[in-house]
Amino acid sequence: MKVAITSNGNSLESKLDQRFGRCGYFIIYDTETQGLEFLPNPNKDVQEGAGPASVQLVASRNVQKIISGEFGIKIKSLLDSLKIQMIVLKQPEKSIKEIIDMLNN
Amino acid sequence: MSPRPFRLRKISNPPVISGFKPYGNKKNGGKTESVFLHLEEYEALRLCDYEMLNHHQAAIFMAVSRPTLTRIYSKARQKVAEALVQGRQIIIEGGKIYFDSEWYSCKSCSCYFNNPEKQEEIKECPLCRSSNFMNYEPDHEETEDTLTRCMDICICPSCGFETPHRFGCPCKDEICPECGNNMVRKGAPLIRNL
Ligand SMILES: [Zn+2]
Ligand SMILES: [Zn+2]
Ligand SMILES: [Zn+2]
Repeated sequence: MKVAITSNGNSLESKLDQRFGRCGYFIIYDTETQGLEFLPNPNKDVQEGAGPASVQLVASRNVQKIISGEFGIKIKSLLDSLKIQMIVLKQPEKSIKEIIDMLNN
Repeated sequence: MSPRPFRLRKISNPPVISGFKPYGNKKNGGKTESVFLHLEEYEALRLCDYEMLNHHQAAIFMAVSRPTLTRIYSKARQKVAEALVQGRQIIIEGGKIYFDSEWYSCKSCSCYFNNPEKQEEIKECPLCRSSNFMNYEPDHEETEDTLTRCMDICICPSCGFETPHRFGCPCKDEICPECGNNMVRKGAPLIRNL
């Protein structure tokens, strides 16, 4: 199963980005193969529609869960209809590695 | 603590598709941008033309005033017609309704998560696997959590007066300053006796 984690950088030491649509990177973690993919977020600086475009991007990677610090109301409805689970973690100090360790438990 | 059973307060009818694509374009001269049908417009079409409710009933279901419902509904029909006539793609997206799923808060890793598969019961926290989680009710949360800091609006079902929703104040306890009726959450479809 693939999980997307919003990250402020492209390493395991990077921290959980609290923004979904405008996060720095999406880290796609495959819990079965433990494979990692670091996707720079092309919607980081766009004026409008960063949220829906980011939903599209992660949905195209077939993720089933997204971990981020917050999801806007519009994003919630989009992800709800795509049946992608949202996990809200308000801990900006958490590193990507710590989150992956939690998933591996 | 196990989650409370599914409450009927929220109805979930997300569209089964995300849009429509035209085919067999006679000539590519027409407009090619997509038509964006908002979820509330989709819902109005569904209630009025598929479930065959009258506007009054549909308005109650969508927790909006009747004039608002009529406005949303006409907009929906106009957009669908536009797509048909101009051969444009329809994308169903966004809008003011959200088909919210149940939310839970995990006591052990303090994350929040939703249940995207309504039919399946949540047994553990998707992050830390703890079973120490409970139903999360943004309405009753006192903290200024961004989860609840949404753009929710309380609306008067009888006159359509709108005001921003206040955290921790159940909409039904708000009294409409215009007509004295109890308010409801805008866009949260309610089941009532029709
Ligand atoms: Zn947990
Ligand atoms: Zn009123
Ligand atoms: Zn309210």
